[in-house]
Amino acid sequence: MANYILRRLTMLVPLLILISMISFFIIQLPPGSFVETYIQNLQRQGYQADQNEIQRLKVRYGLDKPMYMQYLIWIKNIVFKGDFGRSFTYDRPVSEILAERIPMTMVITLLAMVVQWLISVPIGIYSAVKQYSVIDYIATFIGFIGVALPNFLFALVLMYVVYVKTGWAVLGIFSPEFIDAPWSLAKLLDMLKNLWLPLVVIATAGTAGLIRTLRATLLDEIKKQYVVTARAKGMKEWKLILKYPVRVAMNPLISTIGWMLPALVGGELVVSQVLNLKTVGPVMLEAVQSEDMYLAGGVILILSCLTIIGTLISDLLLAWTDPKIRYD
Amino acid sequence: MLGLNFNLNNLLTKWRDNKEEKAQKKQEELYYASQSKLIWMRFKKHKLALVAMSVLAILYSLSIFSGFIAPYEMNERLSEYKYAPPTKIHFISKEDGLRTPFVYKMKKEFDKETFKYKYVEDKSKEYSVDFFAKSEPYKMLGLIPISRTLFDAEVPIFLFGTDKMGRDIFTRVLFGGRISLFVGFGGVFVSFILGIIIGGVSGYFGGIIDEIIMRLVELLMSIPQIPLWIALSAAVPRTWGTVQTYFAITMILAFLGWTGLARVVRGKLMALKQEEFALAAVAAGANDMRIIIKHLVPAFISYLIASITLAIPGMILGETTLSFLGLGMQPPAVSWGVLLQDAQDITVLSNYPWYLIPCLFVVLTVLMFNFIGDGLRDAADPYSSM
Repeated sequence: MANYILRRLTMLVPLLILISMISFFIIQLPPGSFVETYIQNLQRQGYQADQNEIQRLKVRYGLDKPMYMQYLIWIKNIVFKGDFGRSFTYDRPVSEILAERIPMTMVITLLAMVVQWLISVPIGIYSAVKQYSVIDYIATFIGFIGVALPNFLFALVLMYVVYVKTGWAVLGIFSPEFIDAPWSLAKLLDMLKNLWLPLVVIATAGTAGLIRTLRATLLDEIKKQYVVTARAKGMKEWKLILKYPVRVAMNPLISTIGWMLPALVGGELVVSQVLNLKTVGPVMLEAVQSEDMYLAGGVILILSCLTIIGTLISDLLLAWTDPKIRYD
Repeated sequence: MLGLNFNLNNLLTKWRDNKEEKAQKKQEELYYASQSKLIWMRFKKHKLALVAMSVLAILYSLSIFSGFIAPYEMNERLSEYKYAPPTKIHFISKEDGLRTPFVYKMKKEFDKETFKYKYVEDKSKEYSVDFFAKSEPYKMLGLIPISRTLFDAEVPIFLFGTDKMGRDIFTRVLFGGRISLFVGFGGVFVSFILGIIIGGVSGYFGGIIDEIIMRLVELLMSIPQIPLWIALSAAVPRTWGTVQTYFAITMILAFLGWTGLARVVRGKLMALKQEEFALAAVAAGANDMRIIIKHLVPAFISYLIASITLAIPGMILGETTLSFLGLGMQPPAVSWGVLLQDAQDITVLSNYPWYLIPCLFVVLTVLMFNFIGDGLRDAADPYSSM
């Protein structure tokens, strides 16, 4: 076990380096560079830039150096100074932009996860134990719909229904009055009031998947011999279900916890885009599209690293909780 | 008299023998039935999955024969009928009572209360819905010259309403299905092949090869998908047509997306190669390739089949999401995702809710694939209690 952990940890550093190179490569994929797009925009507005100007812009944005130099400078700044560079479009340090958006993203994702688990675990267990009951059918139905309905469409439909019935357009996280107001209880309540829509949408998709997985695994486990033995020995039904098969069935769910890490920062992109939430997702989308190199690179780097770390955590958690898995 | 009795007796005996023969044949069939036949027999017990198959068959036929079924062209604009609501089909006429389906002409009226244009039915004349109506000659499936469509009427007939440029949404949904329903297959196929081969090699040989491949898999899995999509869609040369671009991107994603399948295949192979039938094959002297393909793979083919069936709706949803974000298909190409792009605006939706109809199609397709996948998984798993 310790062997396994050590091996995985030593593999972590080369993996992180590789992923940083890949992230950089991804940013460079769209043709041209920020300066070129900028010049094109200027030209469209009728302003001709001469060679000197272009060269000056390139130096200013650090785009005149060869590719590998740009990469090295970028990494050096991040690792040693914590400086993610400057966003071209917003003209602010990337770390500032991210620091603005990440907390809100984390709040939404965390709340959604909590809601998901709170709902899906009881329902999943119940629908597996009392198979073919009404709750089971409802749960299976929700499961199917949750898988089939794309998140953003659900967001749209829900928004539409709410708008038609109550005339209230649920957009953004705060109502207009509260956007710049300092934090207070009223602001918190207002945030919760506006957040219920994205929470419902994000949580539903995950809930459906969790219920399905939990139900399927639990159904398999309940048929096994040790459950029959426990019953024969006289344990109360609910007690034995919760103590033995559920523990085994929770394993696949636990292994998804690791993926929470990148989701906490990356958030749910499409729903945020549709509902106009100020989270990291839309910023990333815009940054990659407009080739805002440092902003996009920073976000992608953070997300990929978190994914790798998250996978490691998932595997470690799984090896810890599931005695059947031993990676020697 | 006697002759008649004799004949009757003969007939009865023959009939009874026939029945016995048939029962015996069926039993023999069961013994000799191939794996796929057995799976099919168990699959048939799933009513839901069978229904899903028929629904999907209908959906796919609708999109294949969309040229014939749709009354209008894909990008045909009827500019006097922008934002028109779905045309109501009536069966009860004022004079004759029940009659063949007909429609009314739609008139644009200016509503003085809301200051918007409304479409009102002009009930003065009834226009029959003609089936197999004449139309301009075109080539069905690009091959068969034909000049009829399934239905049409002398006045505009919009089953799902029109959009902001006066294009019939029913027609566009049908044509959009051609892309949405088919474009995922190539990608799924590629990732399937890659996943089995690479996962198979990794699981069967183990050791260093396994380590390297698994680290590679982890690396690929950590690349966040959406930024990659965005970057790729921006990197594809602009000279390519939209469908080609999308196909290219799907292929690239498939090359990166085989990782999930590879991990599962590897896990299963690692477990299966210790089973007795595999050891027996090794003892009999079979070479590695033969063992993998002929013995190990068929053991978990049920999972593979279910996997593919469940990966396809993933592709469909992916296309819809990306086109919705503006990254996949773009107008003038038509797919369900492109159609839903127009539905993004909440004010548009509240005024013209029929924009959401392509959403129903997406959900229906994905749901049906999921039912079939579940049915297949239950039918193909030799250990499930069916």
